[in-house]
Amino acid sequence: MLRRRPSIAFLLESRPPGMLVVSGLGSCTWDLCAIGDDPRNFCFNGAMGQAAPFALGLALAQPERRVVLFTGDGELLMSLGVLATIANQRPSNLALVILDNESYLETGAQPTATAGATDLTAIARGAGFPDARTVTGRSELPALRRALHDAAGPLFAVLKVAVEELPLTLPHALDGVTAINRFRDAVLATSE
Amino acid sequence: MEAADGIDWHRKIFEVLRAKDFSLAAHVPDAGHAPLIRMCEACPETDAVTLTTEEEGVGVVCGAWAGGRKGVLLMQSSGVGNCINALALPAICRIPFLTLVTMRGEWGEFIPWQLPMGQATPRVLRAMRVQVLRVERREEAAAAVDAGAALAHNGRQSVAVLLSQKMIGAKEFQEG
Repeated sequence: MLRRRPSIAFLLESRPPGMLVVSGLGSCTWDLCAIGDDPRNFCFNGAMGQAAPFALGLALAQPERRVVLFTGDGELLMSLGVLATIANQRPSNLALVILDNESYLETGAQPTATAGATDLTAIARGAGFPDARTVTGRSELPALRRALHDAAGPLFAVLKVAVEELPLTLPHALDGVTAINRFRDAVLATSE
Repeated sequence: MEAADGIDWHRKIFEVLRAKDFSLAAHVPDAGHAPLIRMCEACPETDAVTLTTEEEGVGVVCGAWAGGRKGVLLMQSSGVGNCINALALPAICRIPFLTLVTMRGEWGEFIPWQLPMGQATPRVLRAMRVQVLRVERREEAAAAVDAGAALAHNGRQSVAVLLSQKMIGAKEFQEG
């Protein structure tokens, strides 16, 4: 079982300058903010189910840059259809990394479907992702980092992570206009 | 698809979108949008993204804008209901968001199941801070899309252009 924040920090170590990162609401946003504020990150704080479609639109608009989404099993379960949408668009620059703690941590750690019968990696493979993997140990993280930084996607990875109560770190702005303006300026200022 | 009155309104809408530099059309297919979708698919500069459900299109269009590209969501009025919570994203971030909605559940509707969402569509959109423009006549369709696109992108607003069922033409069925 992985720990979520060290895993994300490891995956973003030596991050390519052009890499854009999106986080889904709740724990993944607190994680990304705890690791370090960066104008190349956009953190959702609502609109559950929208992080993956947003990442797809971003990847289609910026095909020369890597786009990585970190989101939770609960958020992805709300919009599973988007896996089919992404797999059929086949954006080679997009990776989805699902921090799967098998629970709705923010609301009291009620079990999600992945605590039961559901296998998100199998769903992604069935949706058409050419590379869909489940990562359960630290020894598999270097290969995943190489894939996130370099390999042609779309890539789908589930990280099986422990249920942890961690300090809540808010983004630099909870206001959406401030947040999206800074992110978009960072994207367009350094467009490759 | 040239109508009996000689106005190819789908073509005119497509030309307006291209002139305004739109290059992404996310859609759940609909018969009323079918000619426009075909034009988008045939255009090398345009990505046509087929969605599994309409709310994905809200995120796709918003993400594309964050990446410097203009997109539009094409859907039927029944899809508006699927988008409600997703519309919080363009509302709170003031992301320019344009959707073209083909109406059901009004003039000549044959399927009563279309009535609840069709009749609620403008109210639902306004409740989620979407500016609503309505088109009743084919000769006004392109101008309305032009105005809607300008309003969305110059004013950073969510804008829906509703294409009335009377204008599109109600689906015809054989009586069983």
